[in-house]
Amino acid sequence: MTPLEETTFFGYLRWIPALPLIGFLINIFSARGETGHGRASKVHWIACLAPFGSFLIALLSFSRLLELAPEARRLTDTVFTWIAAGDFTANLSFSMDPLSAVMTLVVTGVGFLIHVYSVGYMHGDRAYARYFAYLNLFMAMMLLLVLGDNLLLLFLGWEGVGLCSYFLIGFWYEDPEKAYAGLKAFVVNRIGDFGFLLGIFLLFWSLGQKGIWTIDFHTIQAHASLLSPTVITAICLLLFMGAMGKSAQFPLHVWLPDAMAGPTPVSALIHAATMVTAGVYMVARMHFLYVTSDFAMQWVAWFGAFTALFAATIGICQNDIKKVLAYSTVSQLGYMFVGVGVGAYAAGIFHLMTHAFFKALLFLGAGSVMHAVSGETNIQKMGGLRSKMPWTFGTFLIATLAIAGFPPFSGFFSKDEILWQAYASGHGSTALWAVLWIGAAITSFYMFRLTFLTFFTKPRDHHLHDHAHESPSVMTIPLALLAVGAAVAGFLGIPDSWGLGHNLFEGFLEPVFGKPHHGGHFSHSTEALFVGLSVAAGLAGLILAWVFYVRSRDIPVRLARSFPLVYRILLNKYYVDEIYDFLFVRPIRVLSEKIFWKILDAGIVDDGMVNGTARFFQGAARLLRRIQAGDVQSYGFAMIVGVLAIVGFMLLQ
Amino acid sequence: MTHESLVLSIILFAIGVIGFLVRRNAIVVLMSVELMLNACNLAFVAVSRQLMDMTGHIYAFMVMTVAAAEAAVALAIVVLIFRTRGAVNLDQINIMKG
Amino acid sequence: MIQAIAFYLFAATAVVFALLVVAARNPIYSALSLIGCLFAIAGIFALNSAHLVAILQILVYAGAIMVLILFVIMLLNLSPEELGKPVFNTRKVLAVFLLAAGGALLIGRLGTKVWGSLPAADDRFGSIEGVGMVLFTQYLLPFEMVSLLLLAAIIGAALLSRRERGDRS
Repeated sequence: MTPLEETTFFGYLRWIPALPLIGFLINIFSARGETGHGRASKVHWIACLAPFGSFLIALLSFSRLLELAPEARRLTDTVFTWIAAGDFTANLSFSMDPLSAVMTLVVTGVGFLIHVYSVGYMHGDRAYARYFAYLNLFMAMMLLLVLGDNLLLLFLGWEGVGLCSYFLIGFWYEDPEKAYAGLKAFVVNRIGDFGFLLGIFLLFWSLGQKGIWTIDFHTIQAHASLLSPTVITAICLLLFMGAMGKSAQFPLHVWLPDAMAGPTPVSALIHAATMVTAGVYMVARMHFLYVTSDFAMQWVAWFGAFTALFAATIGICQNDIKKVLAYSTVSQLGYMFVGVGVGAYAAGIFHLMTHAFFKALLFLGAGSVMHAVSGETNIQKMGGLRSKMPWTFGTFLIATLAIAGFPPFSGFFSKDEILWQAYASGHGSTALWAVLWIGAAITSFYMFRLTFLTFFTKPRDHHLHDHAHESPSVMTIPLALLAVGAAVAGFLGIPDSWGLGHNLFEGFLEPVFGKPHHGGHFSHSTEALFVGLSVAAGLAGLILAWVFYVRSRDIPVRLARSFPLVYRILLNKYYVDEIYDFLFVRPIRVLSEKIFWKILDAGIVDDGMVNGTARFFQGAARLLRRIQAGDVQSYGFAMIVGVLAIVGFMLLQ
Repeated sequence: MTHESLVLSIILFAIGVIGFLVRRNAIVVLMSVELMLNACNLAFVAVSRQLMDMTGHIYAFMVMTVAAAEAAVALAIVVLIFRTRGAVNLDQINIMKG
Repeated sequence: MIQAIAFYLFAATAVVFALLVVAARNPIYSALSLIGCLFAIAGIFALNSAHLVAILQILVYAGAIMVLILFVIMLLNLSPEELGKPVFNTRKVLAVFLLAAGGALLIGRLGTKVWGSLPAADDRFGSIEGVGMVLFTQYLLPFEMVSLLLLAAIIGAALLSRRERGDRS
């Protein structure tokens, strides 16, 4: 694996994150009180043009990249030297290689569509300008993350997107629950970031011990072989801790379902397409470290697999449309981590891309539905909406088919590739594949459950049904565009072994990840068998959902009654939040209140030191005050005594 | 003569100080102060005679002048206090008590 | 010879009157005793060849300042009850004791006859001429400043004792 040694300077790269940043600055300082009404609403024009501009420049960069020979596909743009300390320098510099090109295009493309959708969704909101400002800031930070040339910039973007996530989740902060959800996201993220930082420090310091002081990806990759395997494993595990927080893997997944308190386009952008994928990107970017540590890769893969199954099981019982999608995201991220965990980095990134399309589409569709039924999110109250909102229904169906892995949609190709690699790759195993396969079946089940309950069957709440209407075109056009992506993006990644041509996606990423080692000793028929099994899983889920929710609607009710404990555990998401509350939140709260606040702060600092000083001086003053008796003769007496003392002293010398 | 004058000066000064500390009537206290000043004048003059230097006389002159000025102002204050508080008894004039 | 007798006479007078100043209950008695004391001291001044200072003592001190004090005493017009009873407190006893001790110490330290005999003095020493010569040449500045001081005292005293409108006391 030789890194991309040769680089080409491309000065436009800096504008990709800069344009949204400028958009943020303009919107946050001006345009107060704009609500999207009226002709003069510059806010959404500025806010949407910024990511569109970034998208165009990204396309330009991409085409420039294609002009270069594969081994030399790396563009750089160094803006200035940020830190210069002896041997060590860190620059504010961007670089685009195939991996970051894919990420940038996804982020800017899907991001732009979501911006347009938001114009319709957030229409009339009091804090319209603030919303778009934060959205632009998020774009800038995410682009900084993927385009940054060194770990410092990656971490800066990492923290930046976490911050924007906090802003946007708690966007309607007047509701304390929503504000708390934002806080929860940030705090849980922070826990992961703690490990992330330790990993960065360990990496920096270990390399430094060998004489190389750097945090540039390129230089680290060149010298990675200097580090001992134990150190590399430790670094990988610590970095993965950050990925667990950011990408909502077990046990740090708890913030993502609560994050649904934010506006739906935010959920689409941040918690489906971009921010949560930062963890996957990071592992892919540091693949040269993970590849040398078998243990770390197994760790990543199994955590991903477990999360995938875990979250899927929760999803089958949720009744809030956004929560189902949230758990689905957690689950699909697990798949991505399995992909990178077994060494199939291209497959993981491919699923990242297709997931961005169909998950964003699902969220935006859910937003469209919520828009139509006046904000109701309980799917048990919906039904029969497909006649009322055809566009939303159509695109939602495409997305569901994609996520369930039905050919020829995109999800089929990407998920199938991951499942295959989970079995066939050198780091994979049958057990791993089995977990993912069951998960796939469950995914298909809960997604079709969602679709059936929302769009099919008779409406359960006629009042809502009567008022339902299709969303305006500013919302439905992005849906349509995303649906196109969800439908056809898969064709970029048809595996070679199918004989239909090269896997374009994998080939494009080859300079970064090296030649992929397929499980060569498996025959085509084995591969075909596994493909069939994947499709079968999807079909099983579909049929089961249809039976449960369309044919005989009382089966799920009877099942819930027969297995009340299981149902309750699943409905309450395995009580993870409650466990955390008991283990961590409550002790810390008690500690803070009883000890740190009452005893230390109020008692010792406030009362002891501040008030105590005052009390001391008051007491001293009370004593000293007695000197002032108020009559002249005492003063005179004191003076006389003093004079006599001096005179006596002088005389007796 | 110088020696005796100085001894006398010390005695008069001591008596003046005792009067200053012991008496409660403000005016008598003031008079004790005048007594003290006179004792000082006596000392100045005696030593000046011994050393044959006129400086002592000049000092005495100045002290007398200052005593006059001080007596005038002090008495004005005493009158004022008597007007506002109705007494010149120092025990009753202690509003500056801390 | 005559000088010694005169001196001791004047000294005794001064001490007696001084004690009366401190001890008398009636402030009038104190004031009158002080006048007597001042006269005695003036005599001692004269014995020390400080002729001008002696005359000034009688004229200014006894003649003006004490008269002023007497005026004020009579103005206040205190009745015997208001004069109050003598109160003993530790401060006073302690003060007396300390001063006695201090005085004795000083006197003892002075030693006897340490100064030697008086040098001869001409007529000019201590006379108006002598004082004038020094006052208006060497000590001109203090002289002028003291006049300013007197001005300030006049203004201060006048201001302090101004009657407010409608103040009847």
